[in-house]
Amino acid sequence: MLETKDILETIQMIDDENLDVRTITMGISLFDCIDSDPDKAAQKVYDKICRYAENLVKTGEDISRDYGIPIINKRVSVTPIALVAGACPSASPIRFAKALDRAAHTVGVNFIGGYSSLVHKGFGPGDYALIESIPEALAETELVCSSVNIGSTKAGINMDAVAKMGRVVRQTAELTADRNCIGAAKLVVFCNAPEDNPFMAGAFHGPGEPDSVINVGVSGPGVVRAAIKKMQPGASITEIAELIKRTAFKITRTGQLVAQEASRRLSVPFGIVDLSLAPTPAVGDSVAYILEAMGLEQCGAHGTTAALALLNDAVKKGGVMASSQVGGLSGAFIPVSEDAGMIAAARSGALTLNKLEAMTAVCSVGLDMIVLPGDTTADIISAIIADEAAIGMVNSKTTAVRVIPAIGKQVGDELDFGGLLGSGPVMPVNTYSPAEFIARGGRIPAPLQSLKN
Amino acid sequence: MKKAVITVTGKDMVGILARVAGICAQDGANVLEVSQTVLQDVFAMIMLVDITNSTVPFAQFADDLAVIENELAMKVHVMHEDIFNSMHRI
Repeated sequence: MLETKDILETIQMIDDENLDVRTITMGISLFDCIDSDPDKAAQKVYDKICRYAENLVKTGEDISRDYGIPIINKRVSVTPIALVAGACPSASPIRFAKALDRAAHTVGVNFIGGYSSLVHKGFGPGDYALIESIPEALAETELVCSSVNIGSTKAGINMDAVAKMGRVVRQTAELTADRNCIGAAKLVVFCNAPEDNPFMAGAFHGPGEPDSVINVGVSGPGVVRAAIKKMQPGASITEIAELIKRTAFKITRTGQLVAQEASRRLSVPFGIVDLSLAPTPAVGDSVAYILEAMGLEQCGAHGTTAALALLNDAVKKGGVMASSQVGGLSGAFIPVSEDAGMIAAARSGALTLNKLEAMTAVCSVGLDMIVLPGDTTADIISAIIADEAAIGMVNSKTTAVRVIPAIGKQVGDELDFGGLLGSGPVMPVNTYSPAEFIARGGRIPAPLQSLKN
Repeated sequence: MKKAVITVTGKDMVGILARVAGICAQDGANVLEVSQTVLQDVFAMIMLVDITNSTVPFAQFADDLAVIENELAMKVHVMHEDIFNSMHRI
């Protein structure tokens, strides 16, 4: 029997606390599209995506209607294109980016991920060409997202790839400088990239995944914050952790329901629910505000890392119980430009790049949507990537870097991407040169997994 | 049996229940249960309806009910009952 209080609680979560399902992402394998003729391969890619994802957007809208829960994004992730393009190494992989973009427009999704390359141990046949083509691919397409995995706990860090990615991130921003450097917001550099992540810009369909799969990303920072706000003043941290677990459970149950329903209606196997607290620039839908609700004057204050560690862990504990299959990035995201509280903290100076780096050791991803000064060199970006990858590698967790060098702008200026990507102030960067370290190349060996101190 | 939950919240006035029930009757949704409270002028009604033999698609039913939102300046939600079951029941 349904209880009035439960019904009203759900309605309040949706109406006032921004509860939503952030994304239904269909993963599609492109291995059967590989062809030594690049144009034929690109056509097969386009055709397969259009065939498989034909009803994705409509189904998402129908489910949203039936259950009264907003489903914000419908997206597609595909096999890393470097694995497909490797069969025709002399041809430019840009044709694949264009095929992905056309397919995304045809099926009506708002992003397509998988213009990607996995080079944590070294470069395969298609990898060099794909990585070199990223700046142009992101400048010439609208909906394509790109990611490169440059390190893992088992393989170590590919420092040649790190050096390359610093230059690629910068070039990507330069080529889209007339559009707020938007290209760089669609490019993620990973360590320990998950193969089933439904969230952009880092989604791709890993080589170990089935032909096609439905992954769902939940959200709900506003719901968690509202729950903490309603607690008795002075409630202990233990009580907060319990409350977050209970709230995360409820949030995840909606994701599980939507995932099962989407899987059934589309006749595509259900993959995972990603238990992420993904903020939006909407006031109230902020991870920073949750940390502040716990008792910090502003996000970035000492104590922020501890509060975030507690939040990240409690979200996972509550969410795992609520879903049959959990995966992806699962945890709390801290994308600066997409989170009203983080934007405010970055503006006021409470939140610095150094603090963000520490926070990434305990959050679910990494340095995300951070706007850097326009004159930040490729070496410095590479070194930021190396530091972040090292945190992920040593701690056996996913870390990522998605930074946007704001070409022509300085500390004090802001970049405004609009929509879910939000806006962010240019954050100061340590400008001492890491150039010699980055230029060495080679690999950081995989770390010891015992003697943990 | 396919069941949906209709919730209506807003300022109390004459005829809310009648208006909602009228739409249910028109679209072939059988009213199973109604509970309503008025707290300091805020009206909250929850109605459980059987939509197995509904004469219109669910989206149409939702659109018909949404008309009340503007007409009576109330908040109206209609949702499949599974969302509440999965969220609040293990």
